[in-house]
Amino acid sequence: MPKVKIKRKSTAIDMTAMCDVAFLLLTFFMLTSNFTQKEPVKVSTPASISEIKLPDRNVISILVDAKGKVFLGADGQDNRVQMLTKMGAAYNVTFTAAELKEFSLINKFGVPITMMKTYLALKTEERDLPQNALGIPCDSLDNQFKSWVSVAKTVNAEYRIAIKADQATTYPVIKKLMGTLQDINENRYNLLTSLKNAPDYE
Amino acid sequence: MSEVAQDNNQGKKKGKTKKMSTRVDFTPMVDLGFLLITFFMLATTLNKPQTMEIAMPSKEKVTEEDQTKIKASRAVTILLGKENKVFYYEGTRENNIDPVLNQTDFSPKGMRQFLIKKNYDIMVQVRQLKALKDAEKLSPKDFEKKRDEIIADKKAPIVLIKGTIDSSYKNLIDALDEMAICNIGRYAIVDITPFDLELLAKKL
Repeated sequence: MPKVKIKRKSTAIDMTAMCDVAFLLLTFFMLTSNFTQKEPVKVSTPASISEIKLPDRNVISILVDAKGKVFLGADGQDNRVQMLTKMGAAYNVTFTAAELKEFSLINKFGVPITMMKTYLALKTEERDLPQNALGIPCDSLDNQFKSWVSVAKTVNAEYRIAIKADQATTYPVIKKLMGTLQDINENRYNLLTSLKNAPDYE
Repeated sequence: MSEVAQDNNQGKKKGKTKKMSTRVDFTPMVDLGFLLITFFMLATTLNKPQTMEIAMPSKEKVTEEDQTKIKASRAVTILLGKENKVFYYEGTRENNIDPVLNQTDFSPKGMRQFLIKKNYDIMVQVRQLKALKDAEKLSPKDFEKKRDEIIADKKAPIVLIKGTIDSSYKNLIDALDEMAICNIGRYAIVDITPFDLELLAKKL
């Protein structure tokens, strides 16, 4: 009987196709996604059936954590610099060019304006520590939150206001924020929520 | 794609030169590709955040004549209590008789059932309109417009949402959600009044 010769096959696989797939996926992810922004506090938003999306640009985001601390962020680095300069002028604090530059890189901050200088001197990873994340004062005696929002509006009139609050935030805190916004005639704003399916018996 | 056509004449000059394979091993490149994909998947978000748009009344003082007086029969007041409890009553105090304060919650069989019953005509109309849209006889834009018209009906209930100090932000969002689900066109977030607190105190 003749021996059956088994052909030895090469174990090397052509990786070209796989490579194509990998880079195709990579391109897809790079184009469709946007980077998650670091937030000073963890907030879990309540679910809602609303499906309106938040615009990408011109948003002042107000972050409220469960304890009622208020944080603020606005997009556009130039806008941030202008905001801080104006706020500094209003509260008699002068900021150096380096501090302004540092501020323009911060996404969300939550410190009283008097503490801003020390806050900006901190290292990035120290800023979000609980003892440094104080929240912006927004009570009736010292309403810096109100000044921040109105200053932001003068810098860029197209800013929309988006409130992202934790579901456990108490109603009085929210009421106070809404009242403050009403004072400066900001009556339309967005409330950030997470998605929940709508019941289907309309 | 990765193979380059070889110049055959070059090899034949001096006997046998070893033909070098032009195949490139793509494995490390695939590794790199997937590494980058993993990074992008972890560092980014695909979905934009969802929002709910609300418009609050402006704080400018309105004179008595400018204020729209609503019929008591149309008014429904929702009180957000503590531990996710909800209370509602219709109308207001008339001839010294207090409205009945009912306790419920935000489950599908709670507040929603009452609102749907109260707003039944409009719910039916919107449902018919939605059927038209689903059958593609109506563009989404027209649907929105007609829906807004139906919702603004003169006989539809007007809901006042009032939060107590014990309620949370979640309750407020739930209440606003119910407005959207039940097609309530006119609602407002209002400050709680002593009268409401009195009613609540009596109930508890």
